[in-house]
Amino acid sequence: MSAPAQTPMAAGEGAASPTRSAGRSGNARLRGLATWETLLALVLLGMLGLGAATSPDVFLTPGNFTNLTAALMEVAIMALPMTLIIIVGDIDLSVESMLGLSSAVLGFLYAEGVPLEIGIVVVLAMGAAGGLFNGLLIARGGLPSLVVTLGTLALFRGLALVVLGPRGISKFPEAFTDFGFGTVPGTPIPWPLVVLAVIAVVLGLVLHRTWIGRQIFAAGRNKDAARYSGVRVQRMKVALFVLSGTIAALAGVILTARFASARADAGQGMTLTVVTMVLLGGVSIYGGRGTIPGVVLAALTLAVLGNVLRLANVSAELQSIAIGLLLIVSVVIPSLARQVSSVIGSARRDRQPPVGVAEPGEVSSP
Amino acid sequence: MAAETTVPRTGGPGVGKRMAGAIARQRELSLAGLMVVLAAFVAIQAPNFLSASNLTQVTVVASIIAIAAVGQALVILTRNVDLSVEAMMGLVAFVVADLLKFDVLPAPAAIAAGIALGLVLGMTNGFLTAVLRVPAIVATLGTLSIYRGIDFLIAGGKQVTLGDLPAGYTDPARATILGVPIFVLIAIAIVVIVAAALRWTRAGRHVYAVGSNPEAASILGIRSGVVVFGVFSACGLLAGVAGVMWGMNYGTINATAASGVTLQVVAAVVVGGVNINGGSGTVIGAGLGALFLGLISNALILLRLSQFWLQAIYGAVILVAVSLDAFLVRGLKRAALARRSR
Repeated sequence: MSAPAQTPMAAGEGAASPTRSAGRSGNARLRGLATWETLLALVLLGMLGLGAATSPDVFLTPGNFTNLTAALMEVAIMALPMTLIIIVGDIDLSVESMLGLSSAVLGFLYAEGVPLEIGIVVVLAMGAAGGLFNGLLIARGGLPSLVVTLGTLALFRGLALVVLGPRGISKFPEAFTDFGFGTVPGTPIPWPLVVLAVIAVVLGLVLHRTWIGRQIFAAGRNKDAARYSGVRVQRMKVALFVLSGTIAALAGVILTARFASARADAGQGMTLTVVTMVLLGGVSIYGGRGTIPGVVLAALTLAVLGNVLRLANVSAELQSIAIGLLLIVSVVIPSLARQVSSVIGSARRDRQPPVGVAEPGEVSSP
Repeated sequence: MAAETTVPRTGGPGVGKRMAGAIARQRELSLAGLMVVLAAFVAIQAPNFLSASNLTQVTVVASIIAIAAVGQALVILTRNVDLSVEAMMGLVAFVVADLLKFDVLPAPAAIAAGIALGLVLGMTNGFLTAVLRVPAIVATLGTLSIYRGIDFLIAGGKQVTLGDLPAGYTDPARATILGVPIFVLIAIAIVVIVAAALRWTRAGRHVYAVGSNPEAASILGIRSGVVVFGVFSACGLLAGVAGVMWGMNYGTINATAASGVTLQVVAAVVVGGVNINGGSGTVIGAGLGALFLGLISNALILLRLSQFWLQAIYGAVILVAVSLDAFLVRGLKRAALARRSR
């Protein structure tokens, strides 16, 4: 612990904390995120190295790349709109059930002779409608998103069971299932990964490069301040839940294609991994902070982790324990880091009163 | 930090809470009334509803859910939520059955060990939320997966069947005193004890204080961390009791025992009039809510409707209950404001 190395960091954090209510200093926030993403990238590299070292003949093959990316595809796709919803300060627990409902309705319609193209359009519209239902109850009704989406978590899954019952629908056309587990010709890239990449790029640009994104961050940091400065918070929330429902339904279509089978219990328990991915990606559960690149990095990290564990024959039960731990740890670490840095900051202020007085000036100077 | 720990909420602090309290009292009465009507309807449609064996079955299952719901109500009263209830119940149920199967402990000691395990699991949740300040939703979503994972690891795909358990172990689930199942008496006792503690003890009032206004509670010198740790521990303890009873009632236990019960428990709590924004509601309501859900489930079976509707109904019950609460609170608040301005 050399003093010179520690000083700039502590000064930045110390200066940022008194002004947090008015919006944290941009520099400090960027630095915090950069550190988290660097840490994630290092963990990812470490695991890639571990995978390459422990099972070299399997891990680095194109086939394994396809397996690795395919396994968490639906989770990663649903994590993207979830990122926006958590940044705005809400949560959507119902995505796994919307995925199941989408799969069930798609299978049901196909079994009844409806063309698959029309079936896909219908389930996407249903996803939007389900999201609208969530969004209206939360934004217009003023109900907590946790309880509303816990309710629709049960409701959507129940409807999926009512529609399809315990049976599974298979015998989908080849063109459809090829989309699920086929790859872009000449590459090991599965088609769903292309879908994921497109959604990630679009949502990343919207969140980080447009006024919509700035409004989302503003609403997540301080809902009332955002409303008084002209952000239509309610309407934005409804739109985000519609997006989440639609993309969850799309994930249901992809899952159905990937397994070549439609089931009402598809995706059960997936919400845990979706939320873990988002929080591991550095998105604050309290809202107002997070990035799409961070979540994409977390998706890769979880995919590689799962792959390494599977190649090492670690049981599925241990993997689910690992994901649960990861979820908690990814919230505990930043919160501990903040507490430590605020303790360091206040200790510094106590030692050097003049610095504390000069702080507001320091904030505005850069 | 202060801004981060504050949960965004809808109602105003003073009037809204009092209104919600009034609704909770009304809720218990109207829920009881609704249940009488529903029971009468089912009894006319399917006379075997009133048979002793059916009534025992309904009330025994409902009392297990009710005990877990009492714990969940305590947690929700402090503006938190415990999603890991089903995993705690499942883990306790399996561990107790496993201890008995391999004759590790005699039945009473195994039961005590199971309840203690529930307490430890609940304390872990409390530590994560109260000490490490992890939001309850994240902490308990994580432990839901961890506890269930441990359950699967211990079970290793096997199950404990009735034949593995000591003779007579499952008898209490069917036993009655003066015609009332013992499980129901246990549930009533727990509801009454916790309701009395909430109403007349200092710790009980602290639970309401922390839930209705955390800032005011801390100004009054109430240590909200201790209260939150306490309610999560109590929730674990009660989930342990419910888990033991689950094992006794079903006899055959595998690693998926009690899957999906969290939804029923949360539904019982909100339908029983406990405010999801914390601070108002009673455990008596939560207990009645559990009985209401049990009645619906039984009605589906007796009226030969598809059991697949059950999940959708639980979801709808949660949504209707919270919407109704919000609607009523808003209406009453508006009426109160109008009266004041006149």
